[in-house]
Amino acid sequence: MATPLDPHAAIATEATGLRDGALTTADGQPLGRALARASRRARRRAFLLVLPLLAFILITFILPIGQMLYRSVYNDGFSANMPAISAWFAEHPAGTDPDEGAFAALAADLQTSAEDKTIGVVGTRINYALPGTRSLFTSTGRKVRSGIEPPYQAALLDLDPKWGDPQLWAAMRDASSAYTDSFYLASVDAKRNVGGEIERAAPRQRVYVMLFLRTLWLSALVTGLTFLLGFPIAHLLATLPLRKSNLLMILVLLPFWTSLLVRTSAWMVLLQQQGVVNDILIWAGVIDNGGRLKMMYNQTGTIIAMTHILLPFMILPLYSVMRTINPSYVRAARSLGATSWTAFRRIYFPQTLPGLGAGALLVFILAVGYYITPALVGGASGQLISNMIAEHMTGTLNWSMAAALAAILLAGVLILYWVYDRLVGIDNLKLG
Amino acid sequence: MTTTTRGDGYVVFDHVQKSYDGQSLVVKDLNLSIGQGEFLTMLGPSGSGKTTCLMMLAGFETATSGRILLDGRNINDVPPHSRGIGMVFQNYALFPHMTVGENLAFPLEVRGIGKAEREDRIRRALDMVQMGAFANRRPAQLSGGQQQRIALARALVFDPKLVLMDEPLGALDKQLREHMQFEIKALHERLGVTVVYVTHDQGEALTMSDRIAVFNDGRIQQLAVPAALYERPENSFVAGFIGENNALGGTIAALEGDKAQVRLTNGEMIDATAVNVREVGQPTTVSIRPERIEFKPEMMPEGAHTLPAEVLDVVYMGDILRARLKVAGQDDFVMKFRNTLGQTRLTPGEQIRVGWHPQDARALDPV
Repeated sequence: MATPLDPHAAIATEATGLRDGALTTADGQPLGRALARASRRARRRAFLLVLPLLAFILITFILPIGQMLYRSVYNDGFSANMPAISAWFAEHPAGTDPDEGAFAALAADLQTSAEDKTIGVVGTRINYALPGTRSLFTSTGRKVRSGIEPPYQAALLDLDPKWGDPQLWAAMRDASSAYTDSFYLASVDAKRNVGGEIERAAPRQRVYVMLFLRTLWLSALVTGLTFLLGFPIAHLLATLPLRKSNLLMILVLLPFWTSLLVRTSAWMVLLQQQGVVNDILIWAGVIDNGGRLKMMYNQTGTIIAMTHILLPFMILPLYSVMRTINPSYVRAARSLGATSWTAFRRIYFPQTLPGLGAGALLVFILAVGYYITPALVGGASGQLISNMIAEHMTGTLNWSMAAALAAILLAGVLILYWVYDRLVGIDNLKLG
Repeated sequence: MTTTTRGDGYVVFDHVQKSYDGQSLVVKDLNLSIGQGEFLTMLGPSGSGKTTCLMMLAGFETATSGRILLDGRNINDVPPHSRGIGMVFQNYALFPHMTVGENLAFPLEVRGIGKAEREDRIRRALDMVQMGAFANRRPAQLSGGQQQRIALARALVFDPKLVLMDEPLGALDKQLREHMQFEIKALHERLGVTVVYVTHDQGEALTMSDRIAVFNDGRIQQLAVPAALYERPENSFVAGFIGENNALGGTIAALEGDKAQVRLTNGEMIDATAVNVREVGQPTTVSIRPERIEFKPEMMPEGAHTLPAEVLDVVYMGDILRARLKVAGQDDFVMKFRNTLGQTRLTPGEQIRVGWHPQDARALDPV
């Protein structure tokens, strides 16, 4: 790709621009075919060498993730166990009021489902859309199992008047098809109303968009902070004599070799209200005992700890690029009349952009998916979208919702990657 | 050490010393005056202090003591960007993220020169180095020689009075290097700028310079015009560093004015010109250029001492023949003679007698 930052691009295109005409080998074969045959053996060997890794990645990574993402659009918890009512929904368009036939189908499904002990799964599926409805299904199921007489509409409403709730019927209609967009809608704080139209979720339930925005904003902030802190260190590393720079490099890498949990816990020790930083500030007289700063269990804690943990990912690519910048460029700029600031701004800094781009992309992508640190030091205001995904995976067990949130996050990162590629060019990344 | 002052002293090093570690001096008491419009080359082996001197002049290193004057002004405390000195670097240092045109515009932009004049000057500078068609290329798309020209144009585009060049041709192949030597020399003569040129290539120094300062061990060993440097080296280092040289060890047997007789280690006597020897009995090294040695009796100067020599081998080098001889017990004595029609062919093992004009044998300090 030809970008302003790639001086080799034009040469490369010139070289590949040579048209291969109708060249043949000495014995008259087309040159292209002869070449393909000659290199086939080498290609096959190379493929066989990477095959184990390929299989490993396919089985342990691609397939599970694919299956997981599939859950975000597919959930047959309701449709598989409630076939009769699902069929009724399929026959009648959205907005049709449930008639006696619908209630009859519902009662029949509830009865079989209760007998098969799948009524819990059904209730859970509807519970995703309408919190508090799981018990409605299980308790009605129990009663229906012991016998129910027509007319079913009156009987069911008699058992629990909630069965007449149009919201419930909308939720069931939504779940009556195994393939659904409701999890994606929920991920962006939207849902389908009774008439089947998309509308915003109730104000109290709007959390995901806010969490996505907070995740993006905090990631951008952490990226900016790692740049501000990392740039001078990387420059120092690249310009110091080897002995000193090696020592400094060890200091940079030391956190890298320490467990993430240990580092996060260390920040908890430092930042808590009875912690080291507050104690020192009180000792120094900056704050008094009553005014201890809250630096943890909020966004501040998340920002501080994540900046520290992600700093090496910014420093290392920057360093690897800065090391290759010959000091004579800045000298040349100075001799040509530029002040040190101009020489930095116009000559040195632009040449560090490939490293800066790599570092920023790396830090941002890591930050967007960060989980442990916000979970430990974030409190309520420092939680990120990944904490919500984890909550759905291990807490509410709504895996479809977790998958939908994760898919949106993944798509966001890929879009970012694409934008970066358009702006800077992925081939300009220098990761080390 | 010689410090000939010539011209008006446009650039003056006044008792300049430089130390990096506070324990040893890299530049020891440098005194040098460079005239306006002069092409002065600092020549010496690596570590001789020549590049340090250039960097002090450019402002990238500070003199530990002493003064550096530019056009009569002390520039010790002037930062590099205010010195107005053009510089060509060994690796060219063309900004890789800018086109050739932008590279040339850089020194003009930081000087606040308007766009129209900038473009005019860039065009003239590029035409000057015959690179007018390359303004939109990037440095990486140019060959070494082309980059060299652009670096030259960039150092000249803001009309500096003084241009420094730090081994600018070191990365080029031999043919291109020789071509660029002539181009740089021609540009120097056309523009009349003062050039301080650093190299370790004596051929380059001899071809291009008005004067050459030979550096060794932090000192100027000799400062002279190229011919004088080659033909009349003042000490053994210069004799050995510039061109090929035969060195015969001995002691001064007789001394009269600048005429000396030297007794070689094997007892033979030869005539020589006394250069930096003072008294009879002093050890000395006699330096003789290989091309000034004669072996045909009819070509020997009147009354010259001759020495017996044994031909060890003869190398055919095209325009000349190079014979290695065993003379006065040394078997690294080299004689060069022209490959002319009817030239006597020597064969290994042949016994001959060699001689030279006493002027060409210079009695210098012992090695």
